[in-house]
Amino acid sequence: MRILLVEDDRQMADYLHKALAEAGAVVDQTSDGREGLLLAASGDYDVLILDRMLPGLDGLGIVRTLRASGNQTPVLFLSALGDVDDRVEGLRAGGDDYLIKPFAFSELQARVEALLRRGSAEAPETRLRVADLEMDLLKREVSRAGVQIQLQPREFRLLECLMRHAGQVVTRTMLLEQVWDYHFDPQTNVIDVHISRLRGKIDKDFALPLLNTVRGAGYMLRAE
Amino acid sequence: MTTPNFALGALAQLRSRAARILLSSTFRLALLYVFLLGISVAILLGFIYWSTAGYMDRQTTATIQAEIRGLAEQYRQRGLSGLTKVISERVARDPVGFNVYLLVDERLERVVGNLDRWPSDVPDVDGWISFRLREWGLARAEEHAARAQVFKLRGGLHLLVGRDVRDLEATRTIILDALTWGLAITAALALLGSWLMSASLVRRLESINQISAEIMEGDLSRRISATGSGDDFDQLASGLNRMLERIEALMASVRQVSDNIAHDLRTPLTRLRNTLELLRAELPQSGKAHALAEETIADTDEMLTTFNALLRIARIESGSRRAAFQPVDLAPLVADLVELYEPVAAERGQRLDASAPESAWIFGDPDLLFQALTNLVDNAIKYTQPGGEISVVVVAGAGRVRIEVADNGPGIASALHDQVFRRFFRADDSRSTPGSGLGLSLVQAVVQLHRATIALSDNRPGLRVALGFGLAQPPKSGGETSIVSG
Repeated sequence: MRILLVEDDRQMADYLHKALAEAGAVVDQTSDGREGLLLAASGDYDVLILDRMLPGLDGLGIVRTLRASGNQTPVLFLSALGDVDDRVEGLRAGGDDYLIKPFAFSELQARVEALLRRGSAEAPETRLRVADLEMDLLKREVSRAGVQIQLQPREFRLLECLMRHAGQVVTRTMLLEQVWDYHFDPQTNVIDVHISRLRGKIDKDFALPLLNTVRGAGYMLRAE
Repeated sequence: MTTPNFALGALAQLRSRAARILLSSTFRLALLYVFLLGISVAILLGFIYWSTAGYMDRQTTATIQAEIRGLAEQYRQRGLSGLTKVISERVARDPVGFNVYLLVDERLERVVGNLDRWPSDVPDVDGWISFRLREWGLARAEEHAARAQVFKLRGGLHLLVGRDVRDLEATRTIILDALTWGLAITAALALLGSWLMSASLVRRLESINQISAEIMEGDLSRRISATGSGDDFDQLASGLNRMLERIEALMASVRQVSDNIAHDLRTPLTRLRNTLELLRAELPQSGKAHALAEETIADTDEMLTTFNALLRIARIESGSRRAAFQPVDLAPLVADLVELYEPVAAERGQRLDASAPESAWIFGDPDLLFQALTNLVDNAIKYTQPGGEISVVVVAGAGRVRIEVADNGPGIASALHDQVFRRFFRADDSRSTPGSGLGLSLVQAVVQLHRATIALSDNRPGLRVALGFGLAQPPKSGGETSIVSG
């Protein structure tokens, strides 16, 4: 996994470099926007992590230029600008995800992994499957070990999101963004309660729990 | 809203406006002025009366006395026959009968004169007598007032010399009428004038009051408008406006300081958190040090949350998000909210109910509205005991939309209702509950951004928070709104 990190905050960059390297990635790092663009255009990266505000050329400019030249490498924006408008602007410019500083490394890691996965398989799926849990996206049906499970629409979306990222950590913030349509900051563990309801429906009567909590990070749906 | 209700409302408004004018200090001052002016006018008219009617009166007296002196002279020189002759001559010279003469003997039988009989009225000490004079006009008898002096002559004779004072009476009546009407008109005009004056002053004062009230509600950017005439009200307005600018600048700088602190501390805090995360990764998972690192990370997260909330409130208060306002239907928004929080309430054994009309459109920012309502519902769930009930009600009507979040928990003492919106405010008995004390500050910032109202009240028992928004037109095509729930 090759990652290009363009970040002008020295300490933040060093920290991310170190943490990403520890997680098994090969990281190239620069603090200048123009240099970042040159590297991104020539290098063969799996994910680009771009700060929005950069000397030389800002993150939005880099992505626009890359996309205009047909480069589709997934881009994760880092920004201290956290408004909905800033976010929308970043995503419209061609970014794939947007992370507001400050963030936990686990959050960044989960998102980078999600981007990597997206880059590899983009074929439209109609059925999702994790172990004996199956989801039919056309019929909007879920079953485990052949037994039909009744889910509320929102629970269906929650499970869909987890199944699409099966084997990866999905953070609470990611779930909020993808399953609920509002950008807001819940004060309590709303997501946890919804997860525990979902768990009650898909895991309760089975020996093998699929929906696991990853401490300090989020949730993961996995078979083992 | 039906028309009679509207008319009733307008009437009540008019009545309260009249009451305000009547109670105003300007109107009271004007009343005092009217009273003083009335007295002045009365004195002035009294003087005019005295100097005209009084003059005529004195003139009459003088004429009668001069005539009496003349007749007395005649009587002294030429005796009774001379007096009789002079009187006859004078009566003959005055066919209209302005001068009145009567000479009678001791049995009050007429000797000579143009009066039929001796008047029955009693003369005063000086011999002056006022009586009615009957005159045979063309068609009917007319009565006139007359004034005369009576004398006793030698030989049992009585002489009466007087004047018909009808002109004097008429003049007196005219002057009295003029005086009464003059006073009445003066009073009426002065009252009208003071009403108009008070109304205009009350209107200007009211606009100042109105704006002060809006400022008290939190819109510090409001200013009092001046008429541009440079009068004392304009001076007052500009003085108040300068004061408001100063207050606004001070508040902005206080906020700026706290925002700067939040902003400047956020970066080192983030680094601290990052380093702690690295540290935690180095430590053996089962050890005590790992748990401590985890605890420290959680504490750092709490601090970061507080700083983020502060900065978020500051961004909302800057008003920049108003540019992105769009029509928002509160009905699905509240449905989503309840769907999100219903499991949380259920976990605490509480009931969360919602009721909303089919649609209730307002103009605003769906994310911020959702955030604000989230904070309110979150608080209600947090502070209400297990088994409690929480309700979210949307009511639309009369151009307004009201959202009420009510619970039957312990509530907030009404004395604290104004304080809860302050940053970091926490009621004493809630200090043990997790939270930053910024939730309601954020709600208030969102409410002000939407130029909406917020009111706390007692739900007996519990707390009721009511948000009031102006109703908006639904968008023409439903496809453009971004809050369609999935």
